[in-house]
Amino acid sequence: MSELPSPENFGYMHAMNRALHAEMAADEDVFLLGEDVGVGASGVTSGLLPRFGAERVLDTPLSEQAFTSFGTGAAMLGKKPVIEFQISSLIYLVFEQIVNQAHKFSLMTGGQVRIPVTYLVSGSGSRFGWAGQHSDNPYSLLAHAGIKTVVPGLPSDAYGLLRSAIQDPDPVAVFAPSSLLGATDPAYGGEEEIVPLGEANVVREGADLTIVAVGQHVGTAIEVAESLGDRVDIEIVDPRTVYPFDWDCLRKSVNKTGRLVVIDDSNRMCGLGAEIVATAAEEFDLVAPPRRVCRPDGTVIPYALALDKALVPGAEQLTDAVEATLKSVSK
Amino acid sequence: MKLIREFEERCLAMAIDGEIDGGIHPYIGQEAVAAGVCSNLTDQDFLTSTHRGHGHVLAKGADPRRLLAELLGTLEGFNKGRGGSMHAADMKLGILGANGIVGAGGAIASGAAWAAKARGNSQVVVSFFGDGAMSQGVLLEAFNLAAIWSLPVLFVCENNMYATSLKLESGLAGNAARRAEGFGMVARTVDGMDVEAVASATKDLIEHCRAGRGPAFLECSTYRFFGHHSVLELLGVEFRDRDEVAEWRERDPIPLLGAKLGDDVVASIEEAIKKEIDDAVEFAKNAATPEPKDALMYLYAGATAVRPGVIL
Ligand SMILES: Cc1ncc(C[n+]2csc(CCOP(=O)(O)OP(=O)(O)O)c2C)c(N)n1
Repeated sequence: MSELPSPENFGYMHAMNRALHAEMAADEDVFLLGEDVGVGASGVTSGLLPRFGAERVLDTPLSEQAFTSFGTGAAMLGKKPVIEFQISSLIYLVFEQIVNQAHKFSLMTGGQVRIPVTYLVSGSGSRFGWAGQHSDNPYSLLAHAGIKTVVPGLPSDAYGLLRSAIQDPDPVAVFAPSSLLGATDPAYGGEEEIVPLGEANVVREGADLTIVAVGQHVGTAIEVAESLGDRVDIEIVDPRTVYPFDWDCLRKSVNKTGRLVVIDDSNRMCGLGAEIVATAAEEFDLVAPPRRVCRPDGTVIPYALALDKALVPGAEQLTDAVEATLKSVSK
Repeated sequence: MKLIREFEERCLAMAIDGEIDGGIHPYIGQEAVAAGVCSNLTDQDFLTSTHRGHGHVLAKGADPRRLLAELLGTLEGFNKGRGGSMHAADMKLGILGANGIVGAGGAIASGAAWAAKARGNSQVVVSFFGDGAMSQGVLLEAFNLAAIWSLPVLFVCENNMYATSLKLESGLAGNAARRAEGFGMVARTVDGMDVEAVASATKDLIEHCRAGRGPAFLECSTYRFFGHHSVLELLGVEFRDRDEVAEWRERDPIPLLGAKLGDDVVASIEEAIKKEIDDAVEFAKNAATPEPKDALMYLYAGATAVRPGVIL
């Protein structure tokens, strides 16, 4: 795939690809680096090398730590690097380079530099059968550290948020859920708009209960809301940016519905779901205790498919949580 | 060299007295490396530094008043009191930051060198690190990137024979310069107590970098006269043989050069520098402290709302 991606293709991966083409065309300082980005091994970086050349599309050796801080150094001199990580767990290798270096330079230098790097994790989460080291979804870790972090759930957001991430003057991590890479959205008719960071989207309006759904679970939530449609009127909020989180949007929704369920593919302990539920308990007008659907504490995804699927949240667990929330009443 | 020495002696005293918060890693003894290397750089060139960075920063031309103001955590410091000793940076002078993580600067330097090279002029980046950093994977990865992409970086290893208390031979398999050669880099080892030797070796290697012939490696054999940092000094923790320290002190780079310059020149330099450091102390002590409510200022561009914690 080396030709320009066609706007008739409404897929998530193609949307990200188009966003990269658009940003690289719009700003000469944007450049791409990572492993096998030239051939577009992930699909997301297809066609960039032939179009922009080897000066702006750098195939790196397998040196995650060095190329991550290489991005920081280039950013200090005015470049806008986009770094693609082939596997979500590679983020663990470069925690020091992202969290301890890129993120901290702005404050530590008293505002002398900004580090506008984008970390593109183009296949995050379980890939069903890729086992322990290829199935994590570590966006909560980066949010915890204060890295601007987005997890687009729809192709249009994948396009619009990636463009915003690249334009942002700070480090931004973009997690593309693996199960969405092949997803298409016919309703997204090629309208390509930039989506600002930090703004949630009310995907579905409802009166009785709010589901916060992250990434691929926007789809899960829509499915559950439709299936329970005759019994409960569900509102779905897709935060899109998990840090900074759009608390105003969620507050409005929960204060209207009074009930909250979060579905998120993080581990439970200190995960994004924990933060949302805690904030709701502290600040929102709830008529029932909030719940979360997430991976168990410290999950390591096993190889056997049945075990993998059992640990990753899905429609069934979300339905149970919604029903439990409808039954319970705050004391 | 004398400026670094005087600055560091004052700082060490101020750190031990508690006037400087946290600890400092004194550079005393290693001045010839910073001075010799940086004498070949212009304001257009860049450097990355280490936890023991005051010498590099001063040799690159940073104002000692603002460096000391930074060490006192004040608004007049380069980093407005947000960086301190281990993060001193002056972007206007191409000082891309001292760094509290051993070995972290080399990869940043490589990225900066790539961006500088893309501008098409002959700027170079110098990356300083100690012998301990030679065991950090990221640094070795950075050597590889710089070499395959032929980047204008001079990697300067200040081999002071210790990484905190770990002796060189217990921490480094083989030899630093030979390792660098393994990446296809030109590598030299010089006497790091002889500023002229450092300056002349650097000159050749920087020319190599400026000419677009790829990265180079300079190992400087040197020694720090004091302990690893001021806190260990305060605690009186010693791990080196006293005779060894005394032997190296005999090779103090400052009197070595002073003997060549003559007494009159030395006396006038000493006087000027004492005054400069007195001024710096005065300046820094009078500088204003940042407000606690602004503790997280500068973290994000624009107004990303940080939610309440302890002080906000
Ligand atoms: C990656 C990392 N590990 C450990 C430390 C703690 N530490 C700070 S300085 C130091 C020794 C560094 O030795 P060397 O690189 O030889 O430099 P020197 O202190 O001798 O100048 C250590 C272990 C650190 N800051 N970073």
